[in-house]
Amino acid sequence: MKIGIPRALAYYAYYPFLNTFFEKLGLEVIVSDETTKEIMDMGIQDTITDACVPIKLFHGHVRNLMERVDYVLVPRLVSINHESTFCPKFLGLPDMLSCSISQLQNMLEVRIDLKKSRLELFMVCMRLAKKFKKGFFSAYNAYLKALLSFKNYTHQFLQGGIPPLGIVGQKKNNPIHLAVVGYPYMLYDPYLSLDLIKKLANMGVYVVTPEMLSERDKKKQAGKLKKTLFWTFSNEVIRSAYYFFENRNVDGIIHVTAFGCGPDFIVDKLMEIDAKKYKMPYLTITLDEHTGQGGLNTRLEAFVDMLKIKKSRKEAALA
Amino acid sequence: MRRVSFPYMGTSYIPFEKLITAFGNEVVVPQRPTEETISYGTKYAPEFACYPFKIVLGTYIQALKAGANTLVSSGGVGPCRAGLYTTLQEKILKDLGYEFEMIVLEPPGRHLKDLMHNIKKLINTRLTLRDYLNIGRFTWKQLVLLDKVERLSHKTRPLEVKKGESTQVYKKCVELIAGAEEYKDLTDIERETQQLYDAIEKRDYDPIKIGIVGEIYVLMEPSSNLEIEEILGELGVYVERSMFLSGYTISNAVMDLFHMAGERDAKKMAAPYFKEMCGGHGRESIGNSIIFAKRGFDGIIQLSPFTCIPEIVAKSILPKVCKEHGVRFLTISLDEQTGKEGLRTRLEAFVDLLMAKRKKTKPVKVKSLVAKEMA
Ligand code: SF4
Ligand code: SF4
Repeated sequence: MKIGIPRALAYYAYYPFLNTFFEKLGLEVIVSDETTKEIMDMGIQDTITDACVPIKLFHGHVRNLMERVDYVLVPRLVSINHESTFCPKFLGLPDMLSCSISQLQNMLEVRIDLKKSRLELFMVCMRLAKKFKKGFFSAYNAYLKALLSFKNYTHQFLQGGIPPLGIVGQKKNNPIHLAVVGYPYMLYDPYLSLDLIKKLANMGVYVVTPEMLSERDKKKQAGKLKKTLFWTFSNEVIRSAYYFFENRNVDGIIHVTAFGCGPDFIVDKLMEIDAKKYKMPYLTITLDEHTGQGGLNTRLEAFVDMLKIKKSRKEAALA
Repeated sequence: MRRVSFPYMGTSYIPFEKLITAFGNEVVVPQRPTEETISYGTKYAPEFACYPFKIVLGTYIQALKAGANTLVSSGGVGPCRAGLYTTLQEKILKDLGYEFEMIVLEPPGRHLKDLMHNIKKLINTRLTLRDYLNIGRFTWKQLVLLDKVERLSHKTRPLEVKKGESTQVYKKCVELIAGAEEYKDLTDIERETQQLYDAIEKRDYDPIKIGIVGEIYVLMEPSSNLEIEEILGELGVYVERSMFLSGYTISNAVMDLFHMAGERDAKKMAAPYFKEMCGGHGRESIGNSIIFAKRGFDGIIQLSPFTCIPEIVAKSILPKVCKEHGVRFLTISLDEQTGKEGLRTRLEAFVDLLMAKRKKTKPVKVKSLVAKEMA
């Protein structure tokens, strides 16, 4: 039995759990190929023009998989806590897919709604195991292993690594520290992000992403807004930003967002206004299927150079 | 003294003005959005803000310039953005240096206490229980009447012999309703408006019928949809909109209070295609399209603000739904760049298409359902 997992959207946030669970359940896990131009083009063909790039990419990845697996996993990610849900496009994802790719007959839709209790996740896993005719014990075992692998993954982030990009320990003594905030599927898809993080690393920048902050540090910033945002990933992003504003442990913040992203017009503007207040250098990078390498390089270099100059001036003033 | 203003949407300003004045505040009546409003909105809102956000922001700026010191808006619980509008708008406006208080009325279901607290801020005069009942009854009646005369205008417009007559009558009716002082006036006015519409000379034929679905603001505020209903009516089309103000108020406030799902039917209809509630009115758009199709409408028009998330989801699903139910549909994305002439051309082409299709499939009935309803 082959189960296909599209390398898009929530995959980037939760893949260690997903992969481990299905593997330990005894299924063959096939992850779609890393994003290529071909995958992007397929996605563009299947979707309406004003859909955001990540949604287009998801469609492309489903295409990439659907003919070589028995099932294509399409999560309907509703909530993982009681305070927020996901972007409406996550909520409607399976509905969109079944309309826009009519040949897709082997979609395995899994609804994940954990706002009632943590136990729900276990229940979802049990239901899946039952579908594949696996017994309770192998399911339970797979579930535990999956949790463990996810924990391990979050731990690597806290140690200063970025596992989805294969970055292990970064050098803390790099001159410039930059926070790069954005949704996991924007930051960790090297094709979509045009390798932004690696580019920065090559310029001698120490990069921090929202996943590299502890849950506690982020939670502490929850009261900064009058009203909690509705979307889980957006809260992660904005709370990280406030953490950096307050603690001033980075030299600047880069927000990576998708062209036409719904939630981000709110998130980006809120951060922009407050960055000004906290006097934190702030740069928004908007990506879509047409963004070119050249323009991005120039903007990143200019931003980093500006920060370097600023820093050396400050040090000179102190000395 | 509080000088209160609020977003402008359709004719809702009429009952709101009465209501807030009755509570002992001064009202800065928001202006009908104009080019100036929209240019303020686009200037200060982020580029990807949805169109309603920009218009409302522009409206606020104009109201603040006109001396408002309190802005009232409804909130929302998501998952779409509308519920967070106010958080960001307040930040943007304060960042621009305006001083005011933002009062957000959240739907009662989750925040009943906050709601009460906020409403209290708006009550600045002593009122007896009886006053409250009277104010409530009056406002509600006004809402219902405003909806009614609008519906009548949709029905009459395609049948009118003299072009533009229905629009004129409609404007007159709105004025009458706005001028009412007491409940009794309203009952008289109700009769009068009916007579006004009856007096319009009508042809007897079966117009092309188009149902309009989509996001609430662009659906309800004609200046944001370039008066699409008028354009269609004048093309001889009978238009029906899936949402009206009084209907919306009910589903939002009352149903919410009792934790009931509003718009039951539409949701049930949409269920096979759209399994998850995802905010905004995406699911209602699908459900209402099906209802229109079942009622024998010729076409559906979906109005969607540019980048509107739930409508994008709906738009991806609509082709399949409409194919299965045998209706044609047209999606119109609205933002500050949408031009009226372009829109008219697209609408004309769409109506031609529907007429051609009708000729092919069914013989024209002598007396239509609409005409019957009108009789
Ligand atoms: S959060 Fe933004 S980028 Fe992500 S799916 Fe929603 S609209 Fe697209
Ligand atoms: S429903 Fe559409 S227009 Fe309304 S807030 Fe959501 S995205 Fe904006």
